[in-house]
Amino acid sequence: MAEQITIYINNKAYKVDPNQTIMQAADTLGFHIPRLCYHPKLSIEGACRVCIVEVEGARNYVASCAFPVSDGMKIHTNTQALRKARRDIIELILDNHPQDCHTCERDGNCELQRLASSMGIRARHFEGPRKRYEKDLSSDAVIRDPEKCILCGRCVRMCSEIQQVHNLTQAHRGFNTVVMPAYNMPMGESVCTACGQCINVCPTAAFLEKNYTQELFEKLNDPALVKVVQFAPSVRAAIGEAFDVPPGRNMEGQLVAALRKLGFDYVFDTQFSADLTIMEEASEFLERVQNKGVLPMITSCSSAWMKCMEQFYPDLIANVSTCKSPMSMQGAVTKSYFAQKIGVDPKKILSVATMCCTAKKYEAARPELMVDGMRGVDIVVTTREIAWMIKSAGIDLLHIQPEEPDHPLGMSSGAGAIFGTTGGVMEAAIRTAYGLYTGQTLVDIEIKGIRGLKGIKEGTLEMDGKEIRVAVAHGLGNACKLLEQVRSDPGRYHFIEIMGCPGGCVGGGGQPYAQCNTIPLDDEALQKRAQALYDLDRSKTIRRSHDNPDVQKLYKEFLQRPLSPTSHKYLHTHYKPKTPLGIIPAKERQSGV
Amino acid sequence: MTQVTNEKMDQVLGFIDSISQKPYVDSYLIAVLHKVQQLYGYLPQDVMDIVAEKMQIPTAHIWGVATFYHYFNLSPIGKHTLSVCMGTACYVKGAEKILETLKKELKIEVGQTTEDKLFTLQEARCLGACGIAPVLMVDDKIYGELDAKKTVEIINQYRKAAGK
Repeated sequence: MAEQITIYINNKAYKVDPNQTIMQAADTLGFHIPRLCYHPKLSIEGACRVCIVEVEGARNYVASCAFPVSDGMKIHTNTQALRKARRDIIELILDNHPQDCHTCERDGNCELQRLASSMGIRARHFEGPRKRYEKDLSSDAVIRDPEKCILCGRCVRMCSEIQQVHNLTQAHRGFNTVVMPAYNMPMGESVCTACGQCINVCPTAAFLEKNYTQELFEKLNDPALVKVVQFAPSVRAAIGEAFDVPPGRNMEGQLVAALRKLGFDYVFDTQFSADLTIMEEASEFLERVQNKGVLPMITSCSSAWMKCMEQFYPDLIANVSTCKSPMSMQGAVTKSYFAQKIGVDPKKILSVATMCCTAKKYEAARPELMVDGMRGVDIVVTTREIAWMIKSAGIDLLHIQPEEPDHPLGMSSGAGAIFGTTGGVMEAAIRTAYGLYTGQTLVDIEIKGIRGLKGIKEGTLEMDGKEIRVAVAHGLGNACKLLEQVRSDPGRYHFIEIMGCPGGCVGGGGQPYAQCNTIPLDDEALQKRAQALYDLDRSKTIRRSHDNPDVQKLYKEFLQRPLSPTSHKYLHTHYKPKTPLGIIPAKERQSGV
Repeated sequence: MTQVTNEKMDQVLGFIDSISQKPYVDSYLIAVLHKVQQLYGYLPQDVMDIVAEKMQIPTAHIWGVATFYHYFNLSPIGKHTLSVCMGTACYVKGAEKILETLKKELKIEVGQTTEDKLFTLQEARCLGACGIAPVLMVDDKIYGELDAKKTVEIINQYRKAAGK
């Protein structure tokens, strides 16, 4: 390690590591320099100038996010002149921003609002022309509102650097600059995978999920409907954050109780259908292994990944599992098996999914997933939306008596719980595939090698003397890297898990906004959410999907066996290549653009 | 993907091939877009798609570059390009009046093309002909010492030549 250097911040000497920026050094010393366009996972843009500091001897204020520390450097972070300059910068941004905070969806968790508050801005001094744009409402999942955009560029960098979808760009120049897809295409027709990561990193409300809360409130008051809801594993691991609980507390029981209080007649758990997915997916994998089917088999649970695959990797369609996602499986069995069980016309069932994901809104509307002309899931709301609904209905989530999900689609194994985090689907699949293949029980069921936030993880497993090589990628950018390897060396892996969002579903595009002084997609928060799911897994006596008695019952009473014709009708689908306008095949880029 | 196989496209693809071995090949994007505009008169979207695929540069990025520079036309232009010099000398000598005359006569705004696709109207910075200000450039030809009447006469000459 290089020797430490001395820097002076606000006239006090500190020893810090060299080779870092002023902002990084200041962060470790407890000085939180205000910032806007900076995000630790993205490249340095230096566009907003909010993080300026005074460096003695420098001609102008410098952007601390981009400026490296050097020995003897004298930095001032809070002089009167600097405070005024910083405040002016925010005021200039506010001048070209709608004055509608109290009716804005980000009211209360907007970074610009927080900054304005911390700068002590109490009046507007720079009234001038303001940009006017229409909202882009074309997508089922992601809304683009250029009028709210402050051009920090975090969404553009997220979309191209982390997700490598490259859907967004800053088009035109100066006052007319707008963040948009190529050719100003509507989001719904663009290469957008609906992952919603632009929403996660947007400091304002320039990107939002399409909100279905009003429609849902209306339907919840319709006495003619049987209201059924399911909730994804990682919703319980994150929803507390929307109620100021630190990341990592499992709110499953409270959430179930709150959903009942909202008016749902049946509260089911997507972890149940995660178990069901594993039954089908593990069986499909074993069938491919035994009958020399197309390998590596790639998981198909992540809706953003599915759109990414159809657009950029159509050559790998045969590799992708035909299993629907747990959400869609749950929807399909809700409107068939469950409808029959309670003797209700499936058209009278309102099937709602509470998801950590924005792409699930897109998935729910996909025609490929309909059964008998019916959508399995009628409305998808994100963790953020359901958190708002719970608050809006006056339900005290934090002090509510925890309750259990309903039968027959609510009981889950520990394997179903870990579906929500990167590596979890693979781990769950291995637990069951091993059992089904060898007839024995996998003793060490916690597969540590494929846990954690490393971009691409690999592991091997021995099943009756046969070596099975697996790989796991999270975030579409990592997925692209892994799939390039698959293209060049198809025999390298047998089984691949891909989740579209960083960290897997726990980092989904529909999760609660970062709280005060936290960073969207902070690794520590993602790890804590994942840990909540691993703890949930450990707390269960049943930890393998095939041991779930309700799943066994579902097969006995309805589906017969995994991969049966009935299973195929309700639980499987097929995808086709998509080539929307403005598309290029993804390729690991050699040089930065 | 759009299949555009014609002579112009071959020239664009040939140009991309000719630079493909250069260092920082992505930085040749602007040169490639110039080539496209030189051949097509503007940047057609299907050609930008093919450039994106050939150069392995995301289309969104190409769109960002294409919209950033005023020189690139994003829609088809007329047979003749009218560039009214708005440089200091021409401005002082009444360039604004020339521009207003053209807008009224052609019933278009700056950046637009007439319905008959004969003229596209543009503003230009100094064309280096300050001695004969105010100046109008039609394609590559310079007309100087203009007033409203002379401007309309020039337009009419081109209309006549085109049989309109």
